[in-house]
Formats: sequence, C-alpha cells, structure tokens
Amino acid sequence: MKINAVNMTEKEYLLPGNRTCPGCALSLAYRHILKALEGQVIVTVPASCLTVLHGMYPVTSVTVPCVNTPFATTAASATGLVAGLKVLGKEGLTVLAIAGDGGTHDIGIQALSAAAERQTDFLYICYDNEGYMNTGNQRSGSTPLGAISGTTPILGKQQNQKDITAIMEAHGIPYVATANASYPLDLYEKVRKARTIRGTKFIHVFVPCSPGWGFPFSDTIKIGKLAVETGWVILYEVEDGVFRLTAASESIAKRGSLRPLREYLMEQGRFKNITEEQINELQGWVNTRWKRCLDRAVNN
Amino acid sequence: MARKASIWILDGNRAAAQGVKLSRVQVIAAYPITPQSPVTEKLSEFVEGKELDAQYIAVESEHSALAVCTSASMVGARTFTATSSHGLAYMHEMLHWAAGARLPLVLACVNRAIGAPWNVLNDQQDSISQRDTGWIQIYARNNQEIIDSIIQAYKIAESIYVPVMVCYDGYVLSHTEMPVDVPAQEDVDRFLPPYKPHTILDPANPKNYNLVTLANPRVNAEGVLCHGYMELRYLLQEALQNSRETITTVGREFGELFGRSYANMFWENRLDDADVVIVAMGSLAMEAMVAADILREAGHKVGVLGLRVFRPFPKADVAKALKKSRLVVVFDKNISYGLEGATCSEIKSALYGNSVRAVIRNFIVGLGGRDVKARELVDAVNKSLLSLKEGDLNEEYPEWICAI
Repeated sequence: MKINAVNMTEKEYLLPGNRTCPGCALSLAYRHILKALEGQVIVTVPASCLTVLHGMYPVTSVTVPCVNTPFATTAASATGLVAGLKVLGKEGLTVLAIAGDGGTHDIGIQALSAAAERQTDFLYICYDNEGYMNTGNQRSGSTPLGAISGTTPILGKQQNQKDITAIMEAHGIPYVATANASYPLDLYEKVRKARTIRGTKFIHVFVPCSPGWGFPFSDTIKIGKLAVETGWVILYEVEDGVFRLTAASESIAKRGSLRPLREYLMEQGRFKNITEEQINELQGWVNTRWKRCLDRAVNN
Repeated sequence: MARKASIWILDGNRAAAQGVKLSRVQVIAAYPITPQSPVTEKLSEFVEGKELDAQYIAVESEHSALAVCTSASMVGARTFTATSSHGLAYMHEMLHWAAGARLPLVLACVNRAIGAPWNVLNDQQDSISQRDTGWIQIYARNNQEIIDSIIQAYKIAESIYVPVMVCYDGYVLSHTEMPVDVPAQEDVDRFLPPYKPHTILDPANPKNYNLVTLANPRVNAEGVLCHGYMELRYLLQEALQNSRETITTVGREFGELFGRSYANMFWENRLDDADVVIVAMGSLAMEAMVAADILREAGHKVGVLGLRVFRPFPKADVAKALKKSRLVVVFDKNISYGLEGATCSEIKSALYGNSVRAVIRNFIVGLGGRDVKARELVDAVNKSLLSLKEGDLNEEYPEWICAI
C-alpha cells in the first residue's frame, strides 16, 4: 500500500513540544522516522541536536527506549545493542543509530565504517544539517564550499562536502538511501523498507537548519524542496546494487531539468560571501553528480 | 570446599580467558594490542568453537570495544573487554561513561608502558592513569589471582553497579606460565548468579538513559524532584566508598567455595612483627616477598603489604596494618609526573591523621619492562634504613632505580 498523509499511522512517538529551534527539519524528519518504526526500536544517539530534542533529565520528548552515547561511538553502541539483543534472544526490534553529520562524516566514521564492514544488522540514519549546529554552527565534513560558519567566519569554507552516502554504498551494504525532511512520505517509506532488510542500512536525511544556514524559520520546507529541485540533494535508494531515483528527483529526471543552484544558494545567509567562481564550481559538482545518477538510475 | 583441585598450567592471558568463560560472559568486544592479544584470541576461539555462548565483536578500536560493552550491558548482557596501554588510554572517555552510567562491566588491563617512545613491556602507568574514572581496580600478583579476580569482579560489579578493572602485569604474568587451579563450571555457577540488569532498554517500558542532566535537581512530569548531575556523581562516589564491604564479602564467599580467600583489600605478609614494611602492587608484591626473606635473614623485621584493591583505596585498613611500622618503603611501577608514585601518595594519605610516624620512602622501578630484581629492592630498603637514622620523615621526590 502506498503511504500517504491520510493512511499513515496516527500514533506519535515524538511528544508534542521539544527543545529544538523553531522550524527544525530534524524534528519533522524524526517524527516520521519513529512512526515508520512503529515503536519497535531501540535508539542510540550521540551528542547532537537530537540530544537537545530528546530533552533534559528527568523529562524526555520521546516514547521509545533510547541510550545516549559518546560522540564517536554511535555505530559501536548500535553494535552492542544488536549483540546484546541477539545473545538474549530478543527478536523483532530495529536498532536505530541516528547521528548528525559531525557524528557521521567526521568523528563517527571509523565506528560506522567498521560496523558496516561487520554487516551489523542495524539502521544508521545521518541527519545532515551541514555543520556542527548543536555547538553553534562550526564547519564539518559536510559543510558546503563557500558557506560561512563559526570556524569559516570570513572566507567561507574552502572545500566542498564529502559524499557520505557514496562512501557508505562502497561498503557493499544491502541498502543505502537519501531522504529529505521536506519529503516525509519518501523518508517514511525508505525507513519502512530498511526495517525489513537484514544487515547494515544507511539513510542520509537532509535537514535544513534555519539558524545555522540563515533563512527564516518559516522557510524550512521551501529550502528543502529547493535543494532537491536544484539537484543539491538527489533523492534515491540503492537496494542490493540497484539504483532508483525517488520522489521529486524521479519526477525531475523524467521532466529533465534542474533549476540553477544559485536559486538555492541565494536564499541562505551562509552563502552571502560566496564567489562566482565557487558558485560555478558547486554547479559543476551538482551537474556531474546528477548525470551520474541519471546514468545509474533504472527508472529515469 | 566444593571439590578437589583441577590444576592447569596457564599463562596469565589464558587464565583471564578461562575466568571470562567460566563467568558465562555474553558479549565480548576487543581490539588487539600487545600483550593483551592472546586473551581475545582465546576468547574468539571459545566462541567460534561453541564452548562459550557469546557474541564476539572484533571491533576497530578500543574506544568502540567499550562502547559495544556499555550498550550491550544496557540491554541486559554480561560483557567483557581487555586491553593494555594505549588501548586503555584510547578508552578513557568510555571508562568515564561506563562508570557514570553505572554499568557493571569487567575489563582486564594487561599492564603495559605507554608511549612515546614505543614500549610494549610492563609497567602500571596505563591503569594508574585511569584511576579517577570511577572504576574499581583490582591488581593480581599471579595467574591464580587473575582467574579468581575476574570471576569475583562480575559478582562485585553486578552487586553495586560499578565497573571493575582487573589489572595484571604484561609478560611478567600475561606470558608466564604457572600452575592455576581452574574452578569447575558448576561451582562458578553457584557462586555467580546470572546478571540482573538495573537499567534495560525495552520498548514495552521505554526509558531514555543518560540524557543531558543539569547540575541541580529537577522535577519530572509527575512533579517528583529527581537528582541533578552532582547528586549522580555523589552516588557513584558513595558506591565506591561503600564497596569495600562488597569486595571483601565476595572475596570471603569465594574462599568458602574455592578455598582461596580474598577477604582483605590487600595481602599481608609477615606484618605482625614487622617494623619495616615494603609496599608494592601486582606481581611486584611477589618479588617484594623474596626481598623480605633476604632482609629477614639479615636480621630486619620486614613485612610486605601487597596492594590488591587500588580503588577504592582501603585507607583505614592500610593505616591499621602500618600502625607498628617505623619505615615504609613504597615501590611504584608508575609515576605521577611532578610528584611521586601513585601508590606512595595513597599510602601517605592513608596515614595522615592516624598517628603513624613512619618514615616513608618511594622508589620508582620497572618502567617499560625494566627488570626489577629482589636484590635491588633489598638495596633500596637498606638505603632507606640509613635515612631512618637521619630522622627525615619524608623526601620531596621519589628515587628512581635506573641508570641516572
């Protein structure tokens, strides 16, 4: 059954009211992730914005079991949860490791790579707000070229982000996907699918950050959509090596035109000092990646 | 006494592995490092050979090893890891986390020097550097104590929800074979009941562990005032302060079942009439007993206090044991740079306010695997006896038994 806003479960696992900033895309994405897992989950979370969302002792905003774990250890913690559940004969639960881009691209990549290589049976979700937003917007391995951040305050970042989904795909795991908080049904379906697959599953979720990126908090959904329409984010999944475009990226592929990346960049204060040369470089990066995806996709 | 002895010839690492197997550990995560590697090889052999029903996770780092153990413990599994030196240092963050989360993990530290420069041989700088992480630290003098301590460690840890580090000297014990009385599985099962977790992750009763916790107490949704961060830290300190009772009770129970009692926090050797006491920890305490023999032959009343439990430090017991001493000579295989050996500091702290006016001398020995001979310990005691006549209670810094 195709999921839509009407037939999606009404049950909420994220309680109303949490400590995230206004317009937080993570809050929206996390709500749908938990719905897709129907409460049959144990979550492990490193230091990140999600820690803030989860609340402060003795009050929490989630109704699923959760363990907080040090920054570098998300995937190792998940490994421990999986091993413990297995040895105790507890079946039917998804172990969800969910970390930001700092916790994934940077400090957590060693543990994540190793857990994937060991074919640990868990779902890893990286919610990517392209910087260390919880600590006040410092640059990460996912911050784009030209973006101003707390640690690239004048010149903007001089390097582009790494493609974490491609890195994870190179581990030969059975399922990788990209998603975006502005497309919650696509995200929901990908989590539902990942839940049924054994082995390591990786989903990259793009979550625009209003205070970090410098756009009005009422524009979160719009920015997320612009990211897809300009090809900064491409929605796809790779299941057992088969690459499929999904949601809006699939439609754009069929219609055949991305909007200029400039339209996405100009909406955000973090790109206020970006140079023409950098914009061209980023546009080139987007074009190359888009072409590669079109070539690979079985459904364009 | 449960049964007759079953003597095996084991090196320290294999003794540790046997202790882990007998404790029916369920999740093992480890990363190889010299001289710990044979422990993990042996354990993976037990698991692959189906001698031990456990999950063995070959992680990519020690940091991850302990992260696997903490999370596995939180779903209710009994866990084990082992490491040495740089591996233990790399675990530092997770050591704090495990103790802070009150998880009853057991870790074997095969004591090794730490770089730079590289050195794979024995001293105790690695575990001493982790003394403030909230773990109980037990040091073994020989391979029998390794296997016995690991089995006891689970019972101690799971009684009070404080993790336990069992430390034994690299090579000196880890790679040296000696006779070990290996307990029977049914006896260990009688001694050590299955792990009953106090925290558990279960969707039927969702809880969120180790959330951000503010300094001050705070009310929950029902209006009940709950602990702040500082109260949680107090409770960990209280657990360690009170753990002496558990450690000695478990040690006594072990003795009743297996004939080897661990009812004391340290080993006493001829302290009854001694006015000169040698203090040492780990295998060095065995060497100290040889030195004491030589000194006794020369007419000195020498005894040995072999530290077994370093954290919690048994201050009151130590002060009582050293009450009659005129001279205490402390040998440390570690150095707190800028001060002195760590065990010497603890001994001094134990004696303060206890009207013991012993001369205390500290010698740093055996760093990076430097051989420590009984004769050198004897010379150090003789030298200290000379300074006894001069009446200096204390010297500012320790002496080093080395070429400088």
